[in-house]
Amino acid sequence: MHTQLWRYIGKRLLLMIPVLFGLSIIVFLIMALIPGDPAQAILGAYATPENVARINVQLGLDQPLPMQYVTWLSNILQGDFGRSYAQNRAVLDIISERFGATLILAGTALVLCSLFGLLAGIISASRQYGLADKMITFVVLIGISMPAFWLGLLLIMFFAVDLRWLPASGMYSMWGGDDLPDLLRHLILPASTLAFIATGVIARLTRASMLEVLRQDYIRTARAKGLHERRVIYRHAFKAAMVSVVPVIGIQAGFVLGGAVYVETVFQWPGIGSMLVNAISQRDLLLVQGGVLVVAAAYVVFNLLADVVQFILDPRVTA
Amino acid sequence: MSRFMSMSNALPLARWFGQRHSRTSPLKLLLRNRLAAAGLIVLIAVCILALITPWLPLHHPNQTALGNRLLPPGSDGHLLGTDHLGRDILARILWGTRVSLSVGISATLVAASVGSLLGILAGYFGRHVDNILMRGIDMVMAFPYILLALAIVAVLGPGLLNALYAIAIVNIPFFARNVRGVTVTLRNREFVDAALLSGKGHARILLTEILPNVLPVIVITMSTTVGWMILETAGLSFLGLGAQPPQADLGSMLGEGRRLISTAPHVATIPGLMIFLLVMSINLLGDGVRDALDPRLKAGALRRPAARTRTAPAARQQPKGEPKGLLEVDSLRTEFHLDGQVHQAVNGPTFHIEPGECLGIIGESGSGKSVTAMSLLGLVASPPGIIQSGQVNYQRQNLLGVSDPILRGYRGGELAYIFQDPLSTLHPLFTVGDQLVEAIRAHRPLSYRAAWQEAVRRLEEVRMPNAARRAKSYPHQLSGGMRQRVSIAMALANDPQLIIADEPTTALDVTVQAQILKLLNRLREEKQASLMFITHDFGVVKQICHRVAVMYAGEIVEIGPVEEILARPAHPYTKRLIGCVPSVDYEGGRLAEIPGLPPQVSNLPVGCKFADRCDQVTDQCRAAPVELDTLNERHHARCIFAREVSA
Ligand code: SF4
Repeated sequence: MHTQLWRYIGKRLLLMIPVLFGLSIIVFLIMALIPGDPAQAILGAYATPENVARINVQLGLDQPLPMQYVTWLSNILQGDFGRSYAQNRAVLDIISERFGATLILAGTALVLCSLFGLLAGIISASRQYGLADKMITFVVLIGISMPAFWLGLLLIMFFAVDLRWLPASGMYSMWGGDDLPDLLRHLILPASTLAFIATGVIARLTRASMLEVLRQDYIRTARAKGLHERRVIYRHAFKAAMVSVVPVIGIQAGFVLGGAVYVETVFQWPGIGSMLVNAISQRDLLLVQGGVLVVAAAYVVFNLLADVVQFILDPRVTA
Repeated sequence: MSRFMSMSNALPLARWFGQRHSRTSPLKLLLRNRLAAAGLIVLIAVCILALITPWLPLHHPNQTALGNRLLPPGSDGHLLGTDHLGRDILARILWGTRVSLSVGISATLVAASVGSLLGILAGYFGRHVDNILMRGIDMVMAFPYILLALAIVAVLGPGLLNALYAIAIVNIPFFARNVRGVTVTLRNREFVDAALLSGKGHARILLTEILPNVLPVIVITMSTTVGWMILETAGLSFLGLGAQPPQADLGSMLGEGRRLISTAPHVATIPGLMIFLLVMSINLLGDGVRDALDPRLKAGALRRPAARTRTAPAARQQPKGEPKGLLEVDSLRTEFHLDGQVHQAVNGPTFHIEPGECLGIIGESGSGKSVTAMSLLGLVASPPGIIQSGQVNYQRQNLLGVSDPILRGYRGGELAYIFQDPLSTLHPLFTVGDQLVEAIRAHRPLSYRAAWQEAVRRLEEVRMPNAARRAKSYPHQLSGGMRQRVSIAMALANDPQLIIADEPTTALDVTVQAQILKLLNRLREEKQASLMFITHDFGVVKQICHRVAVMYAGEIVEIGPVEEILARPAHPYTKRLIGCVPSVDYEGGRLAEIPGLPPQVSNLPVGCKFADRCDQVTDQCRAAPVELDTLNERHHARCIFAREVSA
């Protein structure tokens, strides 16, 4: 089993290479298609003639497109994402400073939305058309239809402004406390916001696949064995339903990472998302490019994790 | 994000095409769905308001009045108050809604046309075109889509039109994928080849044959993505990357108001509420559209079977007096209620099983033999199944009326099942040992380890080679015969009094069939258990059964000792069944050779149910129900001419 698992992980890692390759091509192309003079666009207000010349050499912008890509990619592989001219710092430094915050926020939200989504889906399916099912279905619909940024504002209004229970913004208090409890207090509102809007898809899918699984022959076998219905649902049906839910949790990681952009902006969370928004309005294109690449890579890794979980869950998947 | 649902549904959607003219019209179905109708009404109201906004007596949305800043809702002349520049929020909301709606709808149209075009081309031309297009689509989908939209806006620069393009582009893959899936199945249909042969060009075929058939998929995908697109364009505006002042959509209004959240919350909350209302109504409607266009896709429309078959009060009465034999079935009636129709699957069979006896139940598929067997322990899927009346008496109790815990105690304990196809009846994600342990521990207080040893012992008992190691295998790693041995071991795990085997050998090849039969028969003798053996094969009955009951259209048409029935069948149907077994040693005899079909169980005739296929039929046969005729104490047949037939 363990050797199998490692072989599978190895195989998936190899398969990741073309995907990352594809990502880099898309990001490169988007940047290459900037209308006008790219050096000018990258530098924006910082376009002194020296800077323009430097950028042109650094990015090989005087060369043909494929050559530019090779130069660009080899720079990136060496960890050189270029410089943010708005902040006058290396892009990689800025990103590594902020990446952790996004990961904490998105990771927490992903865990929360998986937990609640699965739970809601199971309850919904085991009481199909009952009151609980109808209520969950409705709440799920609300979550799917709600703008994350609006929900965030409502929560701030309620819990931070009116009740003063939780901080409205930031990751740590300005004075003192940068310990775990302080972080958690700051995390509650943004993570719940992000989780709430991401829960719907998982809950819906869990419900649907539970209902599908509960009609299978092996569920009848489990009942014929004399098992309690609780065990039939939570062990037999749930495990089988997970097989179709886990890949979607992987996809939801992308939704959560993307949604973090809004939530970070609303709660002034010092992550990549709020950085990206600022960078875009300042036309700090190299910083945008670096941020997008890193988050996209994180998404690929989340999907890899989902695949590994899938492999552990389902013995029919072969390495 | 209901769009993932639509993605995973792309394949079954293709099946929709065969039957789109059946049943009620989609519009009626849509309106019957109350939530969808509510969504439609709200959406229409919002759209009308947005359309007539220019003619409404409103303030100018951009007219600032610094003296009237941040008036709360309900103020004189400003129903929803004013914002930080003293602009009337009601007017701004309505104008903003116009912008948000038109941007969202335009983005949807752009994404739908480009995406569908790509999907149709990929699906229709296949091979290289398909490969290149779909690899590109996959690459785009490897991005978190909000991020991709941001990257596009970053390059194009902030602005409403650019936001529209960005949102449209990231949605193209969803259309392309869904449409491609359906196009591929259409491409493989004969009518496309026929059109090609008749000299039509590709463009003509795409326009006249493919596009009309793909349209519903496009509509469904649109209805499930438009809400999201409105949400995301509002999001970009909220971040300051979409609508630029003085132009305003709902998102940018929210973005401007968010700094005032503690002093004047209405400035931000009202536009947010409007977005929410709009998207919610669209999503309600979208779900309704999907359900109406393809009712079978309705999320979870399939009702889940309950833990136990629904049982009418008439079937729950306690038995009077001593039941016959080990287990007695008396006038059992099981029905399926489907689409307003009643299918009478089991029509009152009465029989019993003696201790240690093997009773065969034989019939074609649809004869109600499996449903009869599964009714005994309430395993008929319900809904749609319901046991209307009858009794299943075991140890002076009617199993149809006992409490759930008692029933669970019998299930897999004293009364055990073996099902037909062990690949689908064993859980694919647990090892067979684990599944055996579970069966054992459901009835006996053993530790996991002790139960595991017991499980291995049971596997050895059914002659599983290498039992200790095989216990750690998953069902898909075993051969069909070995899987069936596992099912048998599982049924025998708690030394049952009665084993109900539902066509346990049908899915196996002939040599393995013979082994399994021998094994079952030997175990039955060793354990002194009774066996109820359901089959469609008289060869099998002859090999292991003492008595046999022949079922037709939910009734027993003949029951008696196997030798006697084989020698002197008293029912024309039995006679034909036996005729299907060419020789004594032949084991694979099938019943399909009997001409005609059994009657529809939703519309059973009054008289003899076999009349339409019987060559001895007379008018008398059809006139009234035919009763079971007693030929001798142990042999009965449901035919007016039973005595002549058997003679
Ligand atoms: S009752 Fe009549 S129709 Fe029915 S089996 Fe007997 S002979 Fe045939």
